[in-house]
Amino acid sequence: MELIDIIRPENQVFCKTKLMTDIPLSYCPGCGHGTAHNIVMEVIDEMGIVEDTIGVAPVGCSVLAYDFMNIDITQAAHGRAPAVATAISRIWPEKYVFTYQGDGDLAAIGTGETIHACNRGENIVIVFVNNGIYGMTGGQMAPTTLPNMPSSTSPYGRDTTTMGFPLKMTELVANLPGVYFVSRQSVHTHKHARKAKKAIEKAFENTRLKKGLSFVEIVSNCNSGWKMTPIESNIWMEENMFPYFPLGDIKVDGILK
Amino acid sequence: MTEEIIIAGFGGQGVLSMGKILAYSGIMQNQEVSWMPSYGPEMRGGTANVTVILSDERISSPYLRVFDTAIILNQQSMDKFEEMVRPGGTLIYDPNGIIQHPTRTDIDIFQIAANSLSIEMGNKKIFNMIVLGAFLKIRPIVLLDNVIEGLKKSLPERYHDLIPLNKQAITKGMESVTQHIVKETTVS
Amino acid sequence: MSELKLMKGNEALAEALIRVGADAYFGYPITPQSEVIEYLMTERPELRTGMVVLQAESEIAAINMVYGAASTGKKVLTSSSSPGISLKLEGISYLAGAELPAVIVNVVRGGPGLGTIQPSQADYFQSVKGGGHGDYKLYVLAPASVQEMADFVEDAFDIAFKYRAPVLILSDGVIGQMMEKVYLKEQVPRLTNEELIEKYGSWAVTGKTKGRERNIITSLDLQSEKMEARVRHLMKKYEQMEQEDMRYEKIQCDDAEYLIVAYGSSARISQKTVELARKKGIKVGLLRPITLFPYPKKPLMDLTPQLKGILSVELNAGQMIEDVQLSVEFKVPVAHFGRTGGVIHTPEEILEALQQKINNTWN
Repeated sequence: MELIDIIRPENQVFCKTKLMTDIPLSYCPGCGHGTAHNIVMEVIDEMGIVEDTIGVAPVGCSVLAYDFMNIDITQAAHGRAPAVATAISRIWPEKYVFTYQGDGDLAAIGTGETIHACNRGENIVIVFVNNGIYGMTGGQMAPTTLPNMPSSTSPYGRDTTTMGFPLKMTELVANLPGVYFVSRQSVHTHKHARKAKKAIEKAFENTRLKKGLSFVEIVSNCNSGWKMTPIESNIWMEENMFPYFPLGDIKVDGILK
Repeated sequence: MTEEIIIAGFGGQGVLSMGKILAYSGIMQNQEVSWMPSYGPEMRGGTANVTVILSDERISSPYLRVFDTAIILNQQSMDKFEEMVRPGGTLIYDPNGIIQHPTRTDIDIFQIAANSLSIEMGNKKIFNMIVLGAFLKIRPIVLLDNVIEGLKKSLPERYHDLIPLNKQAITKGMESVTQHIVKETTVS
Repeated sequence: MSELKLMKGNEALAEALIRVGADAYFGYPITPQSEVIEYLMTERPELRTGMVVLQAESEIAAINMVYGAASTGKKVLTSSSSPGISLKLEGISYLAGAELPAVIVNVVRGGPGLGTIQPSQADYFQSVKGGGHGDYKLYVLAPASVQEMADFVEDAFDIAFKYRAPVLILSDGVIGQMMEKVYLKEQVPRLTNEELIEKYGSWAVTGKTKGRERNIITSLDLQSEKMEARVRHLMKKYEQMEQEDMRYEKIQCDDAEYLIVAYGSSARISQKTVELARKKGIKVGLLRPITLFPYPKKPLMDLTPQLKGILSVELNAGQMIEDVQLSVEFKVPVAHFGRTGGVIHTPEEILEALQQKINNTWN
């Protein structure tokens, strides 16, 4: 078989996500953000809604999300993405509006904006990438850092007696009546990524049906911040993060599971 | 013509709304007007005052220390505003609850027993309209017709059936206002 | 045809906002400007024009909602009072950095801290010298009447969209709370989404349509040289504002030997001082900056040959006086008079201060 016969479109089994730009990702090798970006863009592409989608980028590792996502996107101040998205959704009710936020952005500095946007039941999608650490600023403690887990601002491990407990924002917002769909997923294997994509799809579908707020947490790794190799970090995540942040749907069609 | 007025009393006496009706009346006769209230977290029944200016010219300061006329409806306001009436100016007050009556001899002082009159008329809410009537008798700066027009503008339509009663109260005030003569002995 | 009403400054601003065809208001209650959102909620602009009104959970959320709406090219305004504006400053800096058109209203009360709810002009520095972080300026309009509270809404949006920049309406408790006659303009229809895309589609995020590159709104440039270029671009806009959109008013300045410079409520009060002084034969005029940035530097400088002294009258401990001094390059003595903490100076007090200066220092 000649090469020309092999690269025919009908033989193609994989390609670059169409809605990702050609700009090289600024994420560390092994980081889950790239996959998370990919699946969000795939969903928007496959639903054919790019012309009606407005994204809101956060501050944190994914501050440059707008470089990689080939969609109209506005970059919010730290933690304020849900407020920014609220306004856009209110004023363009026919659009698909989503935020893409990390744990520092969503669960620390932006706790207020997150809870209130959820409580108002804004018709938006919140994608929450939780890697238990502040990646961009160099591995400081996050609200979701696990007990006894070391970070550059908890070098002897997170002491819950003085530093508090990891904040389960996802369970917290699931209890709010305005929130319609809550799911926690991961993207560290193909299988997990496929499930995560399903959840994101469902979230955008809820926007289309004007069901209110959909909240998808993606538990991810930060091999740099955790000071591990990518493989080690994924194993550590499975062994330590998942027991504290168990995967699965938490609220579906407005009903807690 | 410019008339600079302070209306001061308790919250709930209709001080602010009386000022508003006066301002609206000025608008009805094409005057410039301003209405500057005291504002704050004052309790119900606390002091309230409003500076109202009606003028044929553009109004400069909406906030004043010297007034042509002071309309005073409680003792605290008497203590504060009696001295702020310009020499030759006018002070109108309701003697109800006043312990220290005004003592100045360089201004014209009038009494209107609006509180007891409103009780006689069977409606405490028209208290401020009786006071307004007294003021208009002494300082006829706006025509009664324009006051009625002003009332129509400032009252929501569902209260328009109350306008005849208000007009009656204004007339009552006009009839009932009396000059207060400060005795020499009280001055010294 | 315009409509004549008796309204509070705050209410006039809110009504004007509906009538200019604004798309959204986001705010959080605070004295002395809560009438703005109360009026809007009562008027139900969603039924009148389709305008969105939302009470946010904080001033921070409100200004970021403004950022969101402005990102999409919509006409949006927020209002607050001093402590609330302090909270909004992060968002205002982002609006300036991301070059977004929006209008912010500050109905100033006394500070610092929780301060007082009474009127003040103590936020002058905060308004014209940055306030938030970074190299930026706000175009600042200072209304001195209820009519201007209404009119400046339209003017502010014109400037905001002309320059793609945030504009501040700097009012205070006097102007916000008092009632005056106001002529309200007729309703202007809101732009349709199609009209909006036609006008602002080159930059606004409205959904990436076929045939155009994606639009990105951001204030971030990790490369210093690029960030410097962005700052230079902003500075150019501010220069253009100075050349094209500086506003002021002169009252009885032709023969003036002394000058009061005052804005907003202080200008109104000082105007009475001018009347009182003229009756006493003192030749004093009033220069009222209408824009605090751009500041009327040249008009002030042009008056210097005839002046023996300038009194900067402000409801603060002396802030605008610095701009007066810089404008006249210290060629004329400049003094400050002002009450603070929410105390409002009277026309007579200002006159006393002026006479003292004339008798003791300026002659």
